[in-house]
Amino acid sequence: MKISVIVRQVPHQESVLKISKDETWIDEENLVFITNESDSYALEEGLLLKESQGGEVVVCTLGPERAGQVLKDALAKGADRAIFLRDDSFDRLDSQGMARAFAAALKDEQFDLILLGLQTDDIGNAQLGPILAEELDLPHATLVVGTEMLGRRVKVKQEQEGGWFQHIEMDLPALLTIQSGINKPRYASLRGIMAMKKKEIRDLTAADLGLNTSDLTPDQVLVRLYVPPKIKDTAFLEGAPDEIVAQLVEKLTNEAKVL
Amino acid sequence: MGQLLIFIQQQDGIVSRVSLEALKGAQELAALLDHSLAGIVFGLETLPDELADIRLDEVLLVPAPELTVYSPEYYVAAMDEILSTESPALLIAGHTYQARDWLPRLARRRERPLISDCVGYHHNGELFWVRQIFQGKISTDVTTTPGLVIVSFQSGAFRSDDLGSGSPSVRTLDIDLSQVPSRVYPGERFQDAKSIVDLDRAERIVAVGRGIGEEENLALARELADTLEAGLGSSRPIIDYGWLPHDHQVGSSGQTVSPKLYLGVGLSGAIQHQVGMKNSNCIVAINKDPNAPIFEIADYGIVADLLEIVPRLTTVLKERQEK
Repeated sequence: MKISVIVRQVPHQESVLKISKDETWIDEENLVFITNESDSYALEEGLLLKESQGGEVVVCTLGPERAGQVLKDALAKGADRAIFLRDDSFDRLDSQGMARAFAAALKDEQFDLILLGLQTDDIGNAQLGPILAEELDLPHATLVVGTEMLGRRVKVKQEQEGGWFQHIEMDLPALLTIQSGINKPRYASLRGIMAMKKKEIRDLTAADLGLNTSDLTPDQVLVRLYVPPKIKDTAFLEGAPDEIVAQLVEKLTNEAKVL
Repeated sequence: MGQLLIFIQQQDGIVSRVSLEALKGAQELAALLDHSLAGIVFGLETLPDELADIRLDEVLLVPAPELTVYSPEYYVAAMDEILSTESPALLIAGHTYQARDWLPRLARRRERPLISDCVGYHHNGELFWVRQIFQGKISTDVTTTPGLVIVSFQSGAFRSDDLGSGSPSVRTLDIDLSQVPSRVYPGERFQDAKSIVDLDRAERIVAVGRGIGEEENLALARELADTLEAGLGSSRPIIDYGWLPHDHQVGSSGQTVSPKLYLGVGLSGAIQHQVGMKNSNCIVAINKDPNAPIFEIADYGIVADLLEIVPRLTTVLKERQEK
């Protein structure tokens, strides 16, 4: 089975983010970047399927030079080779532009399955998967929390709202977006890290992918970033821990009347 | 006069609450832009009761048999055909799990932008769509190129308690989907073992998030919850780590709660969590990150190490009870 996993690099969840001076993005200096959480689960699912079915896992990312790290991490965990979509014109693509780039890179490889996390922890619009499926004319399922191969079909367990689930079968090739928690992502072994150094990372530019300016021009633009307006006038309790606790108990008893 | 469309999701004839909230947003936008507003319902031959007397100019019913059970390929094909004949300025929907499954695909087919999980908009001649990014830490205004825009509104972006009164006319659209190739075979929907933890009824909830750090620290939260006679809730990561079973989860993929007291311990308050708890009467947040989005909705905020606060709080509450 030939599997592609799309992994993206995002700031660590605990990062303190600062809005850039022009208010159209964040200051990326001094940030720690990691593999997007749900993409790590997608990678693990790809590696598990390869182990049970045989085949190959090809990881693919799009981003600036620093994003190469997520490919190295994936190769160290057991992915076989990597594709790195890297071009100055890939800055600030919208999801459709990004999907065009991934589609151009993946379309000739005849993957049986394309996996990615259900959303990235930066823009977080959860659109890339279904758009890429449309771009490549593949059936798709989102929010997948379980997979099972049935010959030339894949059966998935899809998470729905309020504790509901649904089993869905799809013909291969197919695209799945993976929900966090589906498996236990492995750590890279020392051997894996050594092996990684010999594995292929193929760089592809917009020109290599045959993409022109109109393919990459976004239809939606973030014109301004700002700190979310406060909905409530939060009373911040300060002092030494004992003082904070005393204040809290007093407020909850006399002001909020919930104790 | 232009037209707006609002997609109204239903399951077994019952309209999704998030759709009704988005409908409220659509009504506001229709008034603002002086556009007519039409609802779209898939898979039903008759109007759901909930839509019979609310303020909508008309409802388009699409009873095609392929739409009875949700499947992205048929939904996209049907809406694609509607958008070819109706040419609305906006297609609006509630940001449900279903919407996030098919609307991106529809947007790509139309080659038009989808603004997903919007929490609002503002307007000064041009429309700006408000989204939250970086898990709710930052807000952003989004603009689009001219033409159709597809928008999904996050749960709670609008209130559905006053949808006005009216008597929408009904138009049935005969859309033939028999030629659409299907490669997706949906099975039955099911629930895992019935929820044992019914947080919905708890008057108080202590909820833990990623900031709890280690599984052992859960015991501190559990002891606080026991002392308060509170239910124990959590955000998604705690479930993903396997530290608590799924039925403890609060948020868009878990339970929706509105207790008298919601005490968040190491919870950042990502938007997916907030939608499940923001209507709690009193929200207390303990988090060492002063920029955690939970503080946007907290009544009382404590910026500190939870390991310093939680055990002391439990002790003080226990002493009080003994008196």
